[in-house]
Amino acid sequence: MTKRYFGTFCLALSLMLVPAQTVFAQNLAEGEAAPDRGVTINVYNWGEYIANGTDDSLDINAEFTRRTGIRVNYTTFDSNEALYSKLAGGGADYDVIIPSDYMVSKFINENMLAELDFSNIPNFQYIDEQFRDPEYDPGSRYSVPYTWGLVGLFYNTDYIDEEITSWTSLWDDRYAGKILMFDNPRDSFAIAQFVLGQSVNTTDENDWAEAAALLKQQKPLVQAYVMDRIFDKMESSEAWIAPYYAGDAAILVENSDNIRFVVPEEGTNFFVDAMCIPITSSHKAEAEEYINFLCDPEIAGANMNYVGYSTPESAAKAYMDEEMVASPIYYPDEEILARTQVFVNLPESTSKLVDRLWAEVKMGGPGESAVLVAIILGFLGVYIAIIISKRRKRQRELA
Amino acid sequence: MKKVTARIYTFLIFLFLYAPIFVLIVFSFNDSETASRTVWGGFSLRWYQKLFEDRLILEALRNTLLIAVVSAVASTVLGTMAAIGINSMKRLPRRIMMNITNFPMVNPEIVTGVSLMLLFVSAVRLFGGRSLGMGSLFAAHITFCLPYVILSVLPKLRQMDSNLYEAAQDLGCPPVKAFFKVVLPEIMPGIVTGMIMAFTLSIDDFVISYFTSGTTQTLPIYIYSMTRKRISPEINALSTVLFAVVMVLLIIINVRNFKDQNKSRKGEAAV
Repeated sequence: MTKRYFGTFCLALSLMLVPAQTVFAQNLAEGEAAPDRGVTINVYNWGEYIANGTDDSLDINAEFTRRTGIRVNYTTFDSNEALYSKLAGGGADYDVIIPSDYMVSKFINENMLAELDFSNIPNFQYIDEQFRDPEYDPGSRYSVPYTWGLVGLFYNTDYIDEEITSWTSLWDDRYAGKILMFDNPRDSFAIAQFVLGQSVNTTDENDWAEAAALLKQQKPLVQAYVMDRIFDKMESSEAWIAPYYAGDAAILVENSDNIRFVVPEEGTNFFVDAMCIPITSSHKAEAEEYINFLCDPEIAGANMNYVGYSTPESAAKAYMDEEMVASPIYYPDEEILARTQVFVNLPESTSKLVDRLWAEVKMGGPGESAVLVAIILGFLGVYIAIIISKRRKRQRELA
Repeated sequence: MKKVTARIYTFLIFLFLYAPIFVLIVFSFNDSETASRTVWGGFSLRWYQKLFEDRLILEALRNTLLIAVVSAVASTVLGTMAAIGINSMKRLPRRIMMNITNFPMVNPEIVTGVSLMLLFVSAVRLFGGRSLGMGSLFAAHITFCLPYVILSVLPKLRQMDSNLYEAAQDLGCPPVKAFFKVVLPEIMPGIVTGMIMAFTLSIDDFVISYFTSGTTQTLPIYIYSMTRKRISPEINALSTVLFAVVMVLLIIINVRNFKDQNKSRKGEAAV
């Protein structure tokens, strides 16, 4: 009988492996494939941030392998901080990484990036002038922009009659309980800082404390601090107003009549995700080839169609959906761009302060932590009581 | 009356347990442009089609299954050997051994993950390797699966009549053969349970894999990395497929058990 258990178990396993195997055998065979060069580069990018062949898109990595004969081991991360800890931990050997602006400057400060050899990246010529020599990488020596975007406000016109123009609507108590906020310190603080008219890269402790106070004041009105759950909550009208990255959330606006997008008048965060090569890379030339490939306007265009972010190459727009190129969500006009600020890496002491203040905002004041302590003490008390009563019982039984 | 209340109570428990899975399955068939997980847009198989076109998900799935199979088998073999060793120890060393093996189970996963990562990184540096990957994942998964196997095999060894093994040897069976012919069949249910547990634990694991994966990606890590955008209903489709496979598996096992029992009952009746 137990043998049968085992047999069925193995059978099920092989069944599960079958679909995986058959699909791997499939190849995108259009034209001649370059001979295998015996090199695999490790690429580390955000989740769902490259065209992968589904929905009739171009499978970028497969195409790269086909053209160059270099294999790609492509893996994904969920946040800049996760990328940082992976790289700083030392257990991973990556050749191409795609962090956001402030993380690029942090990596540069800590000497973790290799200087790029631009003679291997001729397609850098297509990168628009405004994306060269950015604040986070002066002189564009370590990074090549991959995508860019803005943070804006999404709101549901079924419930919100007025036209939203300001971040202060997130503090409006008419929408209490229907407001969402970012679940990460930098993006949430930035909103408070735009309201207060501060720089998002300030190192003045009082500025940060003031922004934290504003966020604490907002907290009772906020339904939840979320990241991707904003999609479900906005779609089902569980929440009415929420800030998010334009490129990700544009799909909400396209597919519903009652959700609108606005870049508030106080200005907003302008972010760039850029391709870099860690200094530990053992295949730098191949990694540069990969970066060059992603900068090819035709490839970049096909990629952006799928990813849904804005491209830093005007030349790529010729290969993109016209609707996307014309959309003000993806490509807002100059007047809006002029009001944006870019994150740069904060000094150690400031970023510690920000983390602490953020924890305070989310955990609530000392009042709420007292409740927490009371709960823990309560559990401890019950636990001790159980132990004592058991001991007594045993003693009684012995006696 | 009492029966009705009991039934309602059982129903509520099952509802509570299975409603999330049911919702997940329903939304894997949702036809929605925005990949919605809350708004129903009609029936379609698009997410299944997409799932089988998505190389990244399938590669992550393959990695996960490969790791689960290897670590389940390896930890079962190691764990069974360990259990036999522990079982034949004297009382005090046995208690000490049990505490040592139980420790990784009560240890928070994140601590295990970080400490394994530090260990592997320094080992990789020492031996001139380049990166963590499949190898470190195997090692980590076998490590955290081991205690569960030991814990499920040990009780079977204790229940077993130790005279059986000696009797076999008395009758001229060499020790190794006696082990395979007498001991192993007796403790087989424990071994199978341990193996299945190790398999599921390995498939499930996120925290420890997260720290020890290097440049290899498992399915839970891949799913987590989707959270900046949104977790695609492809994952619902994948979970549905896995759920269906496990379901069919359980049904097969139960039907076979049932038949076995019937047969042996009939046999007894005939005698």
